[in-house]
Amino acid sequence: MTDLITTPNIAAPDDFYAELLAAHDGLTKAESDAFNARLLLVLANQIGDRAILSQALAAATLTPKG
Amino acid sequence: MNKIFETPMYPFAHSPDADASVPVRHKVVVIGAGPIGLAAAIDLAQQGVQVVVLDDNDKVSFGSRAICFAKRPLEILDRLGCGQPMVDKGVKWDVGKVFFDERQVYDFNLLPEEGHQRPAFINLQQYYFEEYLVNRVRELEAEGAPIEIRGRSKVSAVGTHSDHTTLEIDTPEGSYNIEADWVIACDGANSTMRAMMGKDFVGRVFEDNFLIADVIMEADFPTERWFWFDPPFNKGQSALLHKQPDGVWRIDLQLGWDIDKEREKRPENVIPRLKAMLGEDVQFELEWVSIYTFQCRRMEKFRHGRVIFAGDAAHQVSPFGARGANSGLQDTDNLCWKLKLVIDGKAPESLLDSYDVERVYGADENILNSSRSTDFITPKSDMSRVIRDAVLDLSEAYEFARPLVNSGRLSVPCTYDSSPLNTADGLDGPARTRPGSPCPDAPMGDGFLLPHLAGRFTLLTIDTDAPDMIEEDGIEVTRLALSTANDPTGALKDRYLGNESSAVYLIRPDQHVAARRPYFDENLMRVAIRRATGKEQVQ
Repeated sequence: MTDLITTPNIAAPDDFYAELLAAHDGLTKAESDAFNARLLLVLANQIGDRAILSQALAAATLTPKG
Repeated sequence: MNKIFETPMYPFAHSPDADASVPVRHKVVVIGAGPIGLAAAIDLAQQGVQVVVLDDNDKVSFGSRAICFAKRPLEILDRLGCGQPMVDKGVKWDVGKVFFDERQVYDFNLLPEEGHQRPAFINLQQYYFEEYLVNRVRELEAEGAPIEIRGRSKVSAVGTHSDHTTLEIDTPEGSYNIEADWVIACDGANSTMRAMMGKDFVGRVFEDNFLIADVIMEADFPTERWFWFDPPFNKGQSALLHKQPDGVWRIDLQLGWDIDKEREKRPENVIPRLKAMLGEDVQFELEWVSIYTFQCRRMEKFRHGRVIFAGDAAHQVSPFGARGANSGLQDTDNLCWKLKLVIDGKAPESLLDSYDVERVYGADENILNSSRSTDFITPKSDMSRVIRDAVLDLSEAYEFARPLVNSGRLSVPCTYDSSPLNTADGLDGPARTRPGSPCPDAPMGDGFLLPHLAGRFTLLTIDTDAPDMIEEDGIEVTRLALSTANDPTGALKDRYLGNESSAVYLIRPDQHVAARRPYFDENLMRVAIRRATGKEQVQ
């Protein structure tokens, strides 16, 4: 079973970060929230693996597993 | 015009039981002549078990109420001898469309597979459903079956004992007492039996109101289930449109929590809402209007000694998914063959505990599904609405998001995976027919498979030999020999063999798989029969 990747895995991270911010340019708070939700679902479908998704949800809480 | 639901169907009549000096003892008393109580009584009477149905009313359901009946209950009704009139009268449908705001985002087919006798769903007003069940009761009475309905006979007191129950019955002529070896309480979500016995009924309340309107109109909407999230005519809420027989259309409009129910129910407030949805020019007439709220909850146990609860009396779900009446019919389908074996002394009373295990499991699955539908339809926080709307927006553009859209997960029978009646799977066959599963239908000769599996234990063999009959401790199991040589559509192979070249299935009277193996083995089969009738516990 693969585990959630928690080490750097995005090539050219500064470019990605800039692209992510640019995607929100000119959006209202509500539009940005909606965009983030759509992006989350698109990425989740790409991952697909339920175990990885659960690990990702846990990781996003920033609460280390005991 | 006198509607069917305004006509007494089983008017009060004097019972000789009221004149008896000592209370008359009955084999089974069913409380409640709704869909579930009537189905239970028909099932038992067909098996020769004496049964009396008590109802505090004398009419069928007022208003259409439950309208969506799924394939599995229709198969059960076939076994009860009244599936055909339901299907003939009902509106068959299998396509659903989902709308978000002003757009259709996608559509789905509930039964994308051929080779089933019954459609995925029919829509039929509950009053017709009950009428056809009462007709079947009358038919059985005429044939001399031991079945009786007593109208306007309200149970006012109950006394439970280890081997029977006493019931006090209030009638227009006064009260009398009877006794019952067994009681099946099918008296609905507000069960007085449950209240009189002081049993719990805990769960979750959903803070929402829905307006149901049945309208009679000539409309050319197709026969499909249409569900709207956040439509322009009901902003921020949901709506549902369903076709029923006789040109009646069911419209469900979500109203939210803080409303004045009495005010919202008045025609002068309902009609503008409907016009906003249907268009100003559409001519319609209101047949029935109701406002409902709902809860998802169940009793901790459905069997309490000699009193057994079924249907809404035992468990309640939101209406999304049509899991109320449909699951109640599966309760009595599960219960009645077991009760018959116990009454006949062919199985231990503990067999009835498997009713509890299996149907509590079924209720939990229904509650889980209907709670999740409700959480999607009615987001409980700002962020859950943002995520819900994201799913809907994506579903229009991308197929991947469609399985996440939840406008009701429509009723399908559950597989009793951990049932104590199952024998461990001995076949590398399809997952859909593993032990605990309801048998899927398949074409057979000029007809279909399921009618050949009804009401008794069956040994289904495919491309392998077995005795024509096997009897184990009073349980008779009859063989049904099938062959893939006579399976032109390939459905039998697909649904029952998979990669195996032969199979032997032990099938329960309720058409659930109890055991399966590639070949007949007498000793193993005898153990499986004992286990399926509560005589052998898993080691």
